[in-house]
Amino acid sequence: MEVTTKSMPYEAWKDNEYIEQLVKELQESGTNVIVGSFDKLINWGRSNSLWPLTFATSCCGIEFVSLGAARFDMARFGWEVARASPRQADFMMVAGTIVNRMVPVFRRLYDQLAEPKYVIACGSCAISGGPFRKSYHVAKGIEDIVPVDVFVPGCPPRPEAMIYGIMQLSRKIKVEKFFGGVNRQESQKEFLAKHPIPADGE
Amino acid sequence: MANIQEKIAKLFPAATFENDNSGILQITVADEQWHELAKNLRDDPDTAMDYLVTIVGMDWVEKLGCIYYLMSTRHNTMCSVKVAVTDRDKPYIHSVADLWRIAEIYEREVYDFYGIVFINNPDMRRLFLNIDWVGYPLRKDYDEDPAINPVSIENERQTDLTSVYKEEGGKVVKTEREIFHKDDFVVNIGPQHPATHGVLRFRTAVDGETIKKIDVYMGYIHRGVEKLCESLQYPQTLHFLDRLDYFSGQIYHHGLCLLYEKALNIEVSRRAQVIRVMMDELSRIASHCLFIGTYCMDLGATTMLFYTLRVREQILDIFEKTCGARMTFNYACIGGVMQDLAPDFADDVRALLEVLPKNIKEYNKIFTGNVIAKNRMEGVGVLTREDAISYAVTGPSGRASGWACDIRKLQPYSIYDELEFDEIVREEGDSMARFKVRMAEMEQSARILAQLVDNIPDGEYCVKVPKVVKLPKGQWFQLVEGCRGAFGVYVESDGSTKPFRLKIAPPCLPLAAVVDHITQGSKIADLITIGGSLDYIVPDMDR
Repeated sequence: MEVTTKSMPYEAWKDNEYIEQLVKELQESGTNVIVGSFDKLINWGRSNSLWPLTFATSCCGIEFVSLGAARFDMARFGWEVARASPRQADFMMVAGTIVNRMVPVFRRLYDQLAEPKYVIACGSCAISGGPFRKSYHVAKGIEDIVPVDVFVPGCPPRPEAMIYGIMQLSRKIKVEKFFGGVNRQESQKEFLAKHPIPADGE
Repeated sequence: MANIQEKIAKLFPAATFENDNSGILQITVADEQWHELAKNLRDDPDTAMDYLVTIVGMDWVEKLGCIYYLMSTRHNTMCSVKVAVTDRDKPYIHSVADLWRIAEIYEREVYDFYGIVFINNPDMRRLFLNIDWVGYPLRKDYDEDPAINPVSIENERQTDLTSVYKEEGGKVVKTEREIFHKDDFVVNIGPQHPATHGVLRFRTAVDGETIKKIDVYMGYIHRGVEKLCESLQYPQTLHFLDRLDYFSGQIYHHGLCLLYEKALNIEVSRRAQVIRVMMDELSRIASHCLFIGTYCMDLGATTMLFYTLRVREQILDIFEKTCGARMTFNYACIGGVMQDLAPDFADDVRALLEVLPKNIKEYNKIFTGNVIAKNRMEGVGVLTREDAISYAVTGPSGRASGWACDIRKLQPYSIYDELEFDEIVREEGDSMARFKVRMAEMEQSARILAQLVDNIPDGEYCVKVPKVVKLPKGQWFQLVEGCRGAFGVYVESDGSTKPFRLKIAPPCLPLAAVVDHITQGSKIADLITIGGSLDYIVPDMDR
């Protein structure tokens, strides 16, 4: 089983070992032919129509606007339907710094996303706090708050880098298993066990 | 200013006078006399200080205090007033929120950072930090241990009460007041909302569809830049300015570099000055392009975004060739600019100047004359000239209200006094005027570029500066015209390699503060129009 992408040859990707590892895990867990074909069909659909949540706090968000405009045109990949409501979106592009006051709001947005949900940490602020890491009011990376699928470095990342990042996400989706033991969602459950959803719905 | 000094000295014998290093008269006065002096400075026709530029909160370790920068729109003069108190546990200063409307939010900011309580301020709450935050982060003795103020995924505690401190019989008494009326219907807009242009939150009290009051709730992107700057060396502080108002990065850099160069007595070469001004004007065009695009998209005209971003991408290409980045350039540095211009810079700018007028004509054809646009924008969110000054709304939004507040004209810096361009001032003060001012300013920026593109002088792009930058003891203040208004920066040095205090006075904080005032009585759908036309950038106001 090979994860192929129409717009890019397999050798051009830089982290094929990681995807091969996921494929291996998938094959080891085993599945029958019929369920496997259903999985393939579902993953094909999901990986080609990823809807982002419009969530931008700072500079990276402006590059995300450029990504939507004519020059970089993310509509080519089926990502153009940016949703303002988390309940209609598939993944969250965390574009910008997350500060202490934003953390509960951000976490609630994540909890509101419908399953299956994915997170891309976009830019150095979302990854580690970036240039503001030493500040008294900045979260040092979003990894402690939500599980992250793809990291896109840069300050801000160029729109090309964002395209590469989202394409990586769709590659990861292609090796998911919808029926039975889903390799990715297992880790999400573990994460949620460690970081429970706050009790009060206020 | 000498006769003003005499006049004030006669009225307030206890006041002392000195000139700060930028040549601005600084009056030092005790807190008891401050409110009276402020009233005098504002109302006396000789001084007429009707525009409060900023309030710089200060912690001099033995004292806490504020420096108020004031400007007269009539005489185009500036002065500053220093008020200090020694009590660190209960520092009280009298509020001037009744004289300048913008002071209300500026004082809240100082309270948030330094814990200075302003007597008679009608709304003494924290501005950027949670109500349960321990300590005042910009004080020198603030404990930064993350265990005290941890990152929490629990919802922050909120209250509908605010405090007012009043003087009664020599004692300061704290009373509580409700922000909204008991039977108000409050709708929450933001922080995650596509029309707030960032993570800003409006708590909106509505009566049917009519807005009664808006409580602007900010701090969702407060990154503590001012505190971070205090631990960095002078050249390192520059790069944060790209990340405040990320469209005016070049201009903000320019402003802080001007301040440092003034402090270090560095003469910048003519070539570097021309390059800086050209970069400023290019970013102004790019910024207004994005404003028009996103604003039209807010009003439902999605096509405009693609049209305006086409020009913006062309400008970003020019930037990228020279600076190596699309957004966070870090280009201007102390002594000049980081690297020389790309070889085809002038050709690219000429190509831009050729297509720009056609594009502006196209924007006007598609949108400005559109009957829906007219109905939604004309007469919506009117801001009068007096209110614009009192709320310190500068930049294109201020000029749309008839206030000629362009710093490039009032206090020409760099080579702006040699250039020919018009200051666009309109009288209507509504959303349409704010839109049209920006449209016309793009033409003026193009005019400046056309004057410079053919005669970029030869020479060095960066003069030699010492490896370790040390500012002499003193204080400086510099204003420049950002894309959204007057950007001020204040630096106080104690003679070391790091700033003792670096205060950023952003143009966007007043723009958010005025939202409550100009939306009152409007329909809730107009909030999007008005907020969009003010064009605030949230990381700029939060810092």
